[in-house]
Amino acid sequence: MSSSRLNSVDGLVSALLAGNRRALARTISHIENNSDFARPLLAALYPRAGSAHILGITGAPGTGKSTLVNGLARAYRQRGLTVGIIAVDPTSPFSGGALLGDRVRMRDLAGDPGVFIRSMATRGSLGGLAQATADVVMTLDAAGFDRIVIETVGVGQSEVEIASTAHTTVVVEAPGLGDEVQAIKAGILEIADIFAVNKADRDGADRTVMALKMMLNLGAPEKHHVMHHGRLLPVEMPEHASDHVAWMPPIVKTIATQQQGIVELLDAVEAHRLYLAQSGDRQLREQLRAITSLRIILRDALLEQLLEDAGSKRINQVVQDVVTRQRDPYTAARQLIDHFCS
Amino acid sequence: MPDRKIRVLVAKPGLDGHDRGAKVVARALRDAGYEVIYTGIRQTPDMIAEAALQEDVDVVGLSILSGAHMALVPKVLESLQAAGMEDVIVLLGGIIPDEDIAKLNEMGVKGIFGPGTATQEIVGFIEAEMA
Repeated sequence: MSSSRLNSVDGLVSALLAGNRRALARTISHIENNSDFARPLLAALYPRAGSAHILGITGAPGTGKSTLVNGLARAYRQRGLTVGIIAVDPTSPFSGGALLGDRVRMRDLAGDPGVFIRSMATRGSLGGLAQATADVVMTLDAAGFDRIVIETVGVGQSEVEIASTAHTTVVVEAPGLGDEVQAIKAGILEIADIFAVNKADRDGADRTVMALKMMLNLGAPEKHHVMHHGRLLPVEMPEHASDHVAWMPPIVKTIATQQQGIVELLDAVEAHRLYLAQSGDRQLREQLRAITSLRIILRDALLEQLLEDAGSKRINQVVQDVVTRQRDPYTAARQLIDHFCS
Repeated sequence: MPDRKIRVLVAKPGLDGHDRGAKVVARALRDAGYEVIYTGIRQTPDMIAEAALQEDVDVVGLSILSGAHMALVPKVLESLQAAGMEDVIVLLGGIIPDEDIAKLNEMGVKGIFGPGTATQEIVGFIEAEMA
């Protein structure tokens, strides 16, 4: 194959759509690097995407996310579905480098043309991280993968955000990582569509499941607790207005290293996929994704334009005024905006 | 703003499990600001080429301490070529006898780093090659 074909946007796009993996890898690099090719590539690929189901897998370090992803991908392959995997690891804030080691746990997937694994560092982009990941997801989607799995370290708001751009978010817990308060603190209960309690052969797995159930009010599924005057009151679940019931995050016990519980987890993901389609929630999520995406892009683009318009001299003056307390930052910002809009 | 990062695959082909050196190098390259994809031990040449392609790396660093480098390196280079990755810079570390170095260089290995190499030397080499 001539690689010169991959030196143009058109060449990359047609090769990628024809299933060329080198073109796919190159395209992802262009997007990650925000090169001159990035925007035209995204524009060409966007209409081709939209059919993949996107999974987010998140959880604390060491819970077994990579091994679970490996197992899930294998199970999907057994069902004849292709899988794209994005494994996100943090960039060192000190050196700007990153050690991306998720492939170590995904060696079973080597040599399978129906699987594509890409390791991604968080890099430094302010708030743009979720967007960059979404763009890479979209690229894999356009390349025709049936399922796309994003694996992130579930610490920090941005990682949680990435996972929550998925259609189905799986939060991975493991026994012995602290009590249930840790789970609340991490703020990941709210984003979970499914819980996987991995390393379920270890002591305390049942306690972790119990704690999660309590957190989710799953203790009494027919009763729903509401806060009233500061007290929890159980009430009967009202019949849902539409003909579907609200999704209750299932808790699946897994032992990823032994492929146990993987099929159950996959079934839960697929059940959620069906639920999203039937309830109309998928459309709602797509709409939310579009809004978030547009907002981030607009914010970045407008800020860039405004700073360019104002010029560094004026900005420096304004900064100086704020430093010397001649102007407060809100007034200063307002004045810059007014000047930009006039 | 463009934000280009040098990406390096660190892999151990063959059957020896001594990955200390590979990990030290991976860490040093991360500290030099590179994105390092670490694949772990017991990689086949095809696995290495596939990972290099998917990760779109600039550099592939191999670590071999088993003495099988004269058998493994040509196979890795072949697999890289077959994957269309002939442009990637291939580096080798581990126990490599002096008499093999010229032959390996001829095959296409750009840099060979034996025990005691300062990690800064490897970084300097990559910087020079990428410039």
